[in-house]
Amino acid sequence: MSLTNVAVNPKAGETIFSPELAARFDKLVTLYPLRRSALIPMLLYAQDEIGYLSDAAIAEIAQRLEITVLDVRNVLTYYSMLRTRPVGKFNVQVCTNISCMLRGGQELFEHCEKKLGIGHRQTTPDGLFSLEEVECIGACSWAPAAQVNYDFHENLTPETMDAILEQYRKAGQ
Amino acid sequence: MPTLVSHPDEVKIVTSRFGLGAAEIDRYIELGGYQSARQAIEKGPEWIIAEMKASNLRGRGGAGFPTGMKWSFVPKQSEKPKYILVNGDESEPGTCKDHLIFLHDPHSVIEGAIIAGLAVGAKTGFIYLRGEYRYLLTIMEKAIADAYAKGFLGKGIFGSSFDFDIISQTGAGAYEVGEESALMESLEGKRGIPRIRPPFPAVVGLYGGPTVINNAETIATVPHILRMGGEAYAKVGSERNGGTRLFCLSGHVERTGVYELPMGYNLKKMIYEVAGGIRGGRKLKAVVPGGSSTPVLLPEEIDIGMDFDQVGKAGSMLGSGGVVVLDETVCMVEFALRTIKFYQHESCGWCIPCREGTDWLKKTLTRFHAGAGEARDIDNIRYLAENMLGRTFCPLGDAAAMPTIAFVKKFRQEFEDHLDGRPCPYAKQEELVGA
Repeated sequence: MSLTNVAVNPKAGETIFSPELAARFDKLVTLYPLRRSALIPMLLYAQDEIGYLSDAAIAEIAQRLEITVLDVRNVLTYYSMLRTRPVGKFNVQVCTNISCMLRGGQELFEHCEKKLGIGHRQTTPDGLFSLEEVECIGACSWAPAAQVNYDFHENLTPETMDAILEQYRKAGQ
Repeated sequence: MPTLVSHPDEVKIVTSRFGLGAAEIDRYIELGGYQSARQAIEKGPEWIIAEMKASNLRGRGGAGFPTGMKWSFVPKQSEKPKYILVNGDESEPGTCKDHLIFLHDPHSVIEGAIIAGLAVGAKTGFIYLRGEYRYLLTIMEKAIADAYAKGFLGKGIFGSSFDFDIISQTGAGAYEVGEESALMESLEGKRGIPRIRPPFPAVVGLYGGPTVINNAETIATVPHILRMGGEAYAKVGSERNGGTRLFCLSGHVERTGVYELPMGYNLKKMIYEVAGGIRGGRKLKAVVPGGSSTPVLLPEEIDIGMDFDQVGKAGSMLGSGGVVVLDETVCMVEFALRTIKFYQHESCGWCIPCREGTDWLKKTLTRFHAGAGEARDIDNIRYLAENMLGRTFCPLGDAAAMPTIAFVKKFRQEFEDHLDGRPCPYAKQEELVGA
């Protein structure tokens, strides 16, 4: 982990991101009245592309926004969706907050633990699935609900959850 | 895809275009969309604010502040640019209404933001969705691009001399960012910690400029108010509580879903008729009437009208419209614990009473629920919560304390039942380790 710009200092004009994402970032930093406002979207899009926020990604984002690496880390550690370590190809996030809890969210999470053989914030050895117990995801009237990466799945039962996981397993092979 | 529900008692205003393909701009226009924005340009800011005041629309985020009044606080002259900020960081457990608005009617949010901009003299609007709503951001971004293509956004909107731009983005997972000042911090690329007020955002807000911050449902309602007329909209609701509200029914009812009902609609009727009663014919135990931060109501307390004043009089709050229904099978200690776990997880740590209070409440409730509690813990839980009230920069501390106090006060017997040394059947002893 580097806390200064020195350790992983990208050269001007060089990028670790795809040309499409780099172009998107070029536009994002000019969009807001304040350059730094683009930080959270940039962190999300960088994470989407490389799976997590690596030292190199953090350093480049800091440079693009003309802030320090420490500034970036200070912000990213605040937000629960941002991570500095890789997760599985499919991040299964099961809500166990009150509305989901009342409709079997906790049991659903435990079912996923058994099914995938991993616990909260763990990843399967093949790197296909990660599991996370999450707070309310805004699907309370369709509980219990889960998200796999950004996709919502509602009104779940252990059986429908199994079928969904199987679909992802097939898609990931 | 979330399922849509329907009931004859509903008055569909905000939800009138749900399920009709209105995310497509041409369909939205066909259904009367963008007429209110044109009208607003023609009639000007004073007319807009007068209609908004007449509508008795009160903020749908939870605080219930009159929207027209909020807009009128923005100074007419300002050296710094003014901003409209649409709060779509819907994160209060039990609440999923903005989810449907972004999914089915994104243009109503754009049109509402344009009108708010015209009313206060802002040229830029931000639509901030919670990070989990990425698929809804995609829908929102397409709607914005389509509105630009039609000349409804950008320079000289609708062929007038007014300019209005909209920028949309998501957060990255933080309940606290739904609080207005933390939301501005997040939008400025910082940690979502609250700002001290005054100054209020209407005077010093985003980037230091006067800022109107409204919930997404509030903003989506605005075009409908101008279309119907403020007075006609007000008449749909109850006294001082204009119009309708999107109520998110969840938990142990037969027909969960988001229903649009007039303000003041009877809560008992909402549960037993609109939502079809308690699942499996079981007995009702408790109702959380407006999202997880609102004090719980007992079955004998629910014969009330659902508006800000009547629910307030009953000792709770209308909040964000998330009605969570609990049947007799629920362990209230476990429910209290799950609620406080959420607030402990989401406390930003800025104010000590909230940071420490939520943590100690979680620890105590965990121990209690595991069967290791002592009689004095019951009063201690209440004491801790009462000492958080009103002692923090933002309402998160209150949001954690208020329901906790109500759980202890109204279900004391159930807490005492946990004192026999036997843990509750739902308890998870291992939680003690992580607590």
